[in-house]
Amino acid sequence: MLSFIGRSIIQKIITLFFVMVISFLIIHLAPGEPSQVDPLNPKFTPEMVERFRKAFHLDEPLHVQFVYFYRDLFTGKTISWKDNEPVLKKIGERFLNSLPLFIVATILIWTLAFPIGVRSAIVRGGAYDRLATFFSYLLYSIPGFFFAYILILLIVNAFHVPVIGMKTFGLTDVSLLRTGMDRVWHLVLPSVLEATVGIAVLSRYVRSQMLEVEGQDYVRTARAKGLPPEQVHYKHALRNALLPFVTMFGLMLPGLIGGSVIIESIFSWPGIGRMAYEAILSRDYPIILSINFISAVLVLIGTFISDILYMVVDPRIRL
Amino acid sequence: MTKTDNKALFRDTGAEEGPRAPRESRLREFWRLLRRNRLAFSGLAIFVFFFFVAFSGLVLTSGTRPVFDPAIVRLQEKLRPPLSEPNLANLLPKEIPTLGVYLFGTDDLGRDVFARMLQGAWVSLTVGFVAVGIAVLIGIGMGGISGYFGRNPVRVDHILLAFIVSLGGGLLIGGAFFAGGVLLLIGSTYILFSLWRKKWSGKQSAQKLLRLLHKDTISIDTLIMRIVDIMLCFPVFFLILTVVALLPASMYNIMIVIGLTSWMGTTRFVRAELLSLREQDFVTAAKALGVSDWRIIFRHMIPNAMAPVLVSATIGIASAILIEAGLSFLGFGVPPPHATWGNILSDGKRFIFDAPWLTFIPGFAILIVVLAFNLFGEGLRDILNPKLRERY
Repeated sequence: MLSFIGRSIIQKIITLFFVMVISFLIIHLAPGEPSQVDPLNPKFTPEMVERFRKAFHLDEPLHVQFVYFYRDLFTGKTISWKDNEPVLKKIGERFLNSLPLFIVATILIWTLAFPIGVRSAIVRGGAYDRLATFFSYLLYSIPGFFFAYILILLIVNAFHVPVIGMKTFGLTDVSLLRTGMDRVWHLVLPSVLEATVGIAVLSRYVRSQMLEVEGQDYVRTARAKGLPPEQVHYKHALRNALLPFVTMFGLMLPGLIGGSVIIESIFSWPGIGRMAYEAILSRDYPIILSINFISAVLVLIGTFISDILYMVVDPRIRL
Repeated sequence: MTKTDNKALFRDTGAEEGPRAPRESRLREFWRLLRRNRLAFSGLAIFVFFFFVAFSGLVLTSGTRPVFDPAIVRLQEKLRPPLSEPNLANLLPKEIPTLGVYLFGTDDLGRDVFARMLQGAWVSLTVGFVAVGIAVLIGIGMGGISGYFGRNPVRVDHILLAFIVSLGGGLLIGGAFFAGGVLLLIGSTYILFSLWRKKWSGKQSAQKLLRLLHKDTISIDTLIMRIVDIMLCFPVFFLILTVVALLPASMYNIMIVIGLTSWMGTTRFVRAELLSLREQDFVTAAKALGVSDWRIIFRHMIPNAMAPVLVSATIGIASAILIEAGLSFLGFGVPPPHATWGNILSDGKRFIFDAPWLTFIPGFAILIVVLAFNLFGEGLRDILNPKLRERY
């Protein structure tokens, strides 16, 4: 166990290093330079471009830039090129905005996908199962931006509530209940949209896991000795079908920072995804690279946690 | 059992040997199973229909005098609803839509949405197929090497060589022609040198330097799987968005970038299949016959490993179409005069309350095509995998 942990930590650090190198190269070898973003701006004289290049080490060779950049990132000194704010502080603020979306979406996914999946495995082949299957394909295939507009049309026409942004602008001096409901209405649509694909995928996965377990001998034994079906399904089968989902707690981790770019842009939600999109538009390399780095770290930590969890819950796995 | 069935049983066996299992070609069996799976069958039907629409769209909307011109601007006819008659008094003869009505209405510049949808269908189709083609090629190559040669170790000199060649190539592209050329030259000399050594001097050389260079490091399998791990660390849509935004806008860049970021699944499938196929007798037989390694991989093993690749490719096309639509929606897609389903929707979203058809027509088109590919892919998974097949 200990040797597995040690080995996998070393492996993950090496992987992380390559991710750092590759993302840095992708950004810096692409045509164009950040100092030439706005060549038509009359305020941008050649001297200013020179000063800019010097201030951000852009006149150094690539490997020196690489060292400078990651040294600054690890000591928390990296600043955004757009507004000179510290990158980590900006990401932290935006992260707090994305967090409610993530939490609500995760709760939706886990509370909806499991009942749907388990139920359609139990009544497999029936009308409910086929309907659930078709709807999960439908949700999986629908483009998020299109679904967003359908829902906006429906909600706005039916309830006459504003849905764009995090809260209604200028809504002051009203009761706490009003503002609270306002926040909830703004939260509902984007989090439902972020959950759609997750619900579709997870419910299919639950169904297939459940089907696999239901086909095993010990379930047949349980049924043969006359246990009531509820006990067979929910006590014998479901408990074992749940095993692989324990690992999903680890795999959820990268979702913390990977707020959906498209959904957050549609709803003008000032989260991580939207910040990433704005950073790409303005070629704000420190932010792009930092988000990339943090999400790679989260992916690695997530897979590590899920490996460990799997070993803990399933004694058959020995790595 | 009827008489004809009996005949089929005795076919080409000679009656004296007795009945055998009915011979059924793989394609016929596939077709029969597909017909039973209604969702997958309708998926295939829509897929074929979409294919024809996209091809005719390419033919009918390109050229100097296209049948349906997606680029004609009729400002006096903007935002007309679907199936509305054009106002002939206001139009020049060449501005009159070919069908006589605006089948799908017009957009905010008075362009015919039907013609634009036709043009966009081709973009979706090619992006889907080319991106997945690239991904499958890389996946089969990497997975094939990893599954077949996986146990072979990577030697120190291989790593040095790869490093030198890639550095040389990078310098050459970066503009340092002399240094890059020298490095490439060193690399190719070393390749020739090692080929020569392999061919003409079988004896093990005992020099210290060479022994150091020939030290084994990790196996090829580990190397390729670590590369897959590295690629899986990137947030995919964000990476695609970054690269597409940095590169000049063009359809080819999008295809290549989507292809280069989605080969990991195929690699894993092919590797897993080859690892189990490698131990089977027909591979040993082929080796005993002296068939070359690459021929064994591509002629004997890959065809047997195709089932999961086909399934993941079909579903991959669906997700590539979705990614392209998403990129177009964000404004990073194919550059503007050319219509794609994503940018028709993105242009139309400003008029969602006045002209909902500009959102709903492309949206439903994307939804139906993606759904068709997903359903067909899932059906394919059930059909090609005998274990998942329902007993009948």
